[in-house]
Amino acid sequence: MAGPINWLSQVVSITKFGLLGIPARIGSVAAAVFGIAGVVTVLVGVLSIGAGFRRALEMSGSPRNVVVLRSGAETEMVSGLAREDVNLISETPGLSRGPDGPLSSAELFVIINLPARSTGMDANVPMRGVEKAAFQIRDQFKIESGRALEWGRNEVMVGSGAARQFAGLEVGGKIPVGRFEWPVVGIFSAGGGTAESEIWTDARVLQSAYNRGDSYQSVQAQLESPSEFQSFKDALTTNPRLNVKVVRQSDYYAEQSTSVTKLITTLGFIVALLMAFGAVFGALNTMYTSVSVRKREIATLRALGFGSSAVIVSVMLESLALALFGGLLGGCLAYGAFNGFQTATMNWQSFSQVTFAFRVTPELLIQGIVWAALIGLIGGLFPALRAARVSISAALRDL
Amino acid sequence: MSDTNVGHLVAVEGVEMVFKRSAEEIHVLRDLNLHVPKGEFLALMGPSGSGKSTLLNLIGGLDRPTRGTVRIDGEPLDGLSDRKLADWRARHIGFVFQLYNLVPVLTAERNVELPLLLTHLNKAQRQKHVAAALEAVGLSHRTRHYPRTLSGGEQQRVGIARAIVTDPTLLLCDEPTGDLDRKAGDEILDLLQALNREQGKTIIMVTHDPHASARASRTVYLNKGQLATEPIQ
Repeated sequence: MAGPINWLSQVVSITKFGLLGIPARIGSVAAAVFGIAGVVTVLVGVLSIGAGFRRALEMSGSPRNVVVLRSGAETEMVSGLAREDVNLISETPGLSRGPDGPLSSAELFVIINLPARSTGMDANVPMRGVEKAAFQIRDQFKIESGRALEWGRNEVMVGSGAARQFAGLEVGGKIPVGRFEWPVVGIFSAGGGTAESEIWTDARVLQSAYNRGDSYQSVQAQLESPSEFQSFKDALTTNPRLNVKVVRQSDYYAEQSTSVTKLITTLGFIVALLMAFGAVFGALNTMYTSVSVRKREIATLRALGFGSSAVIVSVMLESLALALFGGLLGGCLAYGAFNGFQTATMNWQSFSQVTFAFRVTPELLIQGIVWAALIGLIGGLFPALRAARVSISAALRDL
Repeated sequence: MSDTNVGHLVAVEGVEMVFKRSAEEIHVLRDLNLHVPKGEFLALMGPSGSGKSTLLNLIGGLDRPTRGTVRIDGEPLDGLSDRKLADWRARHIGFVFQLYNLVPVLTAERNVELPLLLTHLNKAQRQKHVAAALEAVGLSHRTRHYPRTLSGGEQQRVGIARAIVTDPTLLLCDEPTGDLDRKAGDEILDLLQALNREQGKTIIMVTHDPHASARASRTVYLNKGQLATEPIQ
């Protein structure tokens, strides 16, 4: 009599009775659902910070672009290249060419202090000295307002993220650089990449302002195609006149995002784990209440011939359904509250602020739902076992 | 009391039931023997705590005896696993409870349909059986009503319809009129009596009401875990 279809129909029936009975115990159900929604909101919210930060750095790099640093340097901050090095690099075969020659920009990277708009406190803002090719190499570069730099002048363009986060970075504003104040002549976007967190100026002007002589810290260049990378790299690293390392721009920025992303992800999981622990108790309480309220009903069904395993699965399915509802609610809350939220954080690898937007990705929403499901299953397991194990005759005697 | 005749539908032989509470052993049933022939309407009477419901639960396969054997239609229940026992209950036993034990979120007809979900009947066949069972208990006009909108007597009728819908071998009724007024109780007893006389249903009914036991074809008394043919004063 008890084939798999029969068993399935038992599971469906008992689950249905449980779900239909929810209005009678709406208080404990709502507490569990909102508890789980809270966990998912916080988890997805925190992880969306990491996702947004990672994306900002990923968007900064293209596999077609390369970064050349001094050998042994992990970041531009600790790199240094002489004019001769820069010339040799730009003359190496394999680079794209623009109207003014190879798409190669020797760049300088310094940190200046500017007050954040939100707190008024000084923060480290990256300032980059660039050459003309920089605009073509960053192919998503776009002037949002104002105008482009005029070469040789003490003036700056500001990334849109930096303009939002730091005071005085609107077109017409002025920023202190060394002993002078330089005007902001334009605001640019760069497809959400880290360039949007930066202030750009003419590399030679910046060299002069910071007494850097004719030295640079990196060369950003664009290859004819991504497949040229290895031969370009080999050409530079085997050149006895150069002592450099060559990395794809996408790898360089991916590497830069690791420590902050790891920190945020770890913190996110710790907070979510603590909250999930509480939510499991909420789910346990709800399902114990459900099983307790339905004790006689479940015992009656078992007396009629419904199986214990069907009872266990049904109680867990009910718990899972509530948890998934909580998870969906939490996912929607996280999306509404966090997705696109603009902020800035310190990139410890460059000691400067990176502006970025929180990203609630489909992967994070799925991750949140999986957490909710786990909470529901753990919260439903013990009440389910209790419901199935309690003596039928004892449960029938309970009023 | 002992009855060793063969061919009985229910045979309870040498049954003992001991519950353990901390270090204490409570002997609810002691070396009990009971035989119920097919077609009998047996009333089981006794004071509270005499073991009536425990005996009914053993016969219905809801509990297992500490010692002894329960056979229904020749089949011993003690060798069946929990799962097989559940299947066996679904095929052979119809339960009627004192508090009706209906699922509150289901209509009368859906409550009656419950035991049929354990069979291979399709929906149309199930509906036919449900309609017949509800007609047998006089509730054809209340099929779509939820338990909370039915009187106690009507709820118990739904409970009886649920018990008979699979045409079980044996009806076990635990104080079926215990929660009803005299008029509604009489109607339920009329119904049980009709099921016994007209459809030949074998019924074992636990009651402490002499008025109810008077409707049975035989009454046995339980006191301190043992059976007697006369009430013990």
